[in-house]
Amino acid sequence: MIAAEKISSTGKLVSDFEEVKKTLPGNSFVQNIRQKAIESFAELGIPARKNEEYKYSNVQKLFADTVTLSVAEAPFSNISIQKYLIPNLDAHTVVLANGVFSEELSSLKNLDKSIVVSSLQNAFEKHPELIEKCFSKCADINSDAFIALNTAYAADGIFISVPDNILVEKPIHIINLIAAKESTLFFPRNLFVVGKNAQVQLVETFETHDLPVKAISDSVTEIAVDENAKVQYYRLQNDCENGQQINTVCASQQKNSHFDTNTVTLSGGWIRNNLNIALNGENCETHLNGLFITSDTQHVDNHTLVDHRKPHCESNQTYKGILDEKSTGIFNGKIFVQRDAQKTNAYQSSKNILLSDDATINTKPQLEIYADDVKCSHGSSTGKIDDDALFYLRARGLGIASARKLLLHAFVNDVMQTIRINALREYLETLIHKKLGE
Amino acid sequence: MLSIKNLRAGIEGKEIIKGFNLEVKAGEVHAIMGPNGSGKSTLSNILAGREDYLVSSGEVSFNGKDLLDMSPEDRAREGLFLAFQYPIEIPGVSNINFLKTAINEIRAYKGLGPMEAKDFLKLIKEKQALVELQGSLAGRSVNEGFSGGEKKRNEIFQMAVLEPTLAILDETDSGLDIDALRIVANGVNKLRSADRSFIVITHYQRLLDYIVPDFVHVLYDGVIVKSGTKELALELEEKGYDWIKKEVVEA
Ligand SMILES: Nc1ncnc2c1ncn2[C@@H]1O[C@H](COP(=O)(O)OP(=O)(O)OP(=O)(O)O)[C@@H](O)[C@H]1O
Ligand SMILES: [Mg+2]
Repeated sequence: MIAAEKISSTGKLVSDFEEVKKTLPGNSFVQNIRQKAIESFAELGIPARKNEEYKYSNVQKLFADTVTLSVAEAPFSNISIQKYLIPNLDAHTVVLANGVFSEELSSLKNLDKSIVVSSLQNAFEKHPELIEKCFSKCADINSDAFIALNTAYAADGIFISVPDNILVEKPIHIINLIAAKESTLFFPRNLFVVGKNAQVQLVETFETHDLPVKAISDSVTEIAVDENAKVQYYRLQNDCENGQQINTVCASQQKNSHFDTNTVTLSGGWIRNNLNIALNGENCETHLNGLFITSDTQHVDNHTLVDHRKPHCESNQTYKGILDEKSTGIFNGKIFVQRDAQKTNAYQSSKNILLSDDATINTKPQLEIYADDVKCSHGSSTGKIDDDALFYLRARGLGIASARKLLLHAFVNDVMQTIRINALREYLETLIHKKLGE
Repeated sequence: MLSIKNLRAGIEGKEIIKGFNLEVKAGEVHAIMGPNGSGKSTLSNILAGREDYLVSSGEVSFNGKDLLDMSPEDRAREGLFLAFQYPIEIPGVSNINFLKTAINEIRAYKGLGPMEAKDFLKLIKEKQALVELQGSLAGRSVNEGFSGGEKKRNEIFQMAVLEPTLAILDETDSGLDIDALRIVANGVNKLRSADRSFIVITHYQRLLDYIVPDFVHVLYDGVIVKSGTKELALELEEKGYDWIKKEVVEA
């Protein structure tokens, strides 16, 4: 059920919780966590400008416009999702409508019986053991106000469980759709549990179905990657300009596992991505790639945190941004190498092109290294389109528009090549082509 | 074909080209020699349309059209080609891909439809053979990781594909080994025709043994101070530039 309440401040969100919690799903284990989470949120509060973590992303302003709280209702199911499908992608599809699992819109036929793809609500009831093992484990309610707020309020989302030794043949495509007539705050919550030696490819797309007003989605996704598992997780953020997201993904890897993720942001008004990876076992590998192409007054903030806790792991980050008009971008990449994490290899690179004098980007690497035998590097660069390259191409007969396009495509090419699902890569290439052609 | 009259140009307030004149007729090969820093590359870049340089006076007409009035791409589409002295690397842009775009934009400029894929591939194969460029190089990113000589050969390959009417080769011979020099020169010679002209900038007479020029000019401090035939190049090879500099000072 819903609590339609006007909210605008930390205090209101905390006091509203007293009523709302009675309607929220979950056994006492979950309710207990919710209680702790709201207490943590009360303490942390909506981050102020002076909060270093949110220095360039003004969330106070985001919440200043009064919003309606939506806790658990799928308001639409009689729509066609055809236009949200990815051409030629042979995948199982799951639809989250306003953060709520929609059985009608999802298509999960032919999914191996051992694999669970369901609503989080359902998992609260049917899989309490997995919930107790994995829910609210890697997303620490004390680390961030929006993890805390989501954990308190979240009523639904997607639950995926891939048991040990299972290889999911087709990708699972999660389609997030938002529709609202009033300015609304949503709390999607996902939990993906990938067992030992299991493999899965996840594609998540974010679209606004019908959003004439601004909405905020405070989402949290937890991914537990067990020993020797391989997970690819691709995200495409393609909301309309009213879409605003604080999107947190927390992955925890056990030994010998691989986690590759790619965050592509093409549209959406205001986006903050928190991507936190904890390497909890030896010999893990993780690749974090990101690409954002912004225009208008778009705001895209990518915060990453890779926590090397065990020896012999490798992490690799490549983020690229192309910013036009008055858009703003942020890349903040933290790498922790704990005392135990000898023989760590950690790399990070952030490269950006500004297409307009009014566009801005802030990049900040933060390396904290407590082990002595490690290889770490980071680099960042921001510039304009290379004039020499542009002239070279024009001198061969290419018009300025196609020369620029070719160079921008070249710039994003290495990130695109990390997308190993051909249909997805081709789809993204078409979208990028369109966006750069504007 | 190309007529340059009293061209003056420079950069950042410094005049580099100081009253330059040259007439190139269809089918001719002109060699331009001259000491380092005399303005040879500057001239090439101005002709190709590099916007960093400021032309203060003079006229350049190319096949009857005002060249200085055209964008770099339109100059290329009108048939001008510059093989750069220092070809840059463009990671992520494939040679083949960009040449295809170039050809199709040049065709569109002339009111022609895009080239058929199979015709394009045939053209590439044929021109690759002409300059003996390895297939793998053509498929790679523009000049990325190419050796100095490979970059120069790639310039000639692009020229062969684009079939310009006027090609300016800015020290294409520098950095080439003897075999590569012969291959590049052969490539140029095969493209020589009654309606195609070349301006060959070089420091070495040796290239002119292979690509025999109709005229040789000496550029010194932004102007042509001496013109002659291929014998002038031999004389320069023997005596250096000092005698010419002296002549200039005395005059
Ligand atoms: N972008 C620039 N900024 C300042 N000075 C320049 C620039 N480009 C060229 N020059 C100057 O103009 C003069 C002519 O340079 P240019 O490269 O045309 O000589 P060149 O004849 O091609 O020499 P080389 O034989 O060494 O290739 C030189 O003194 C050079 O330093
Ligand atoms: Mg030069």
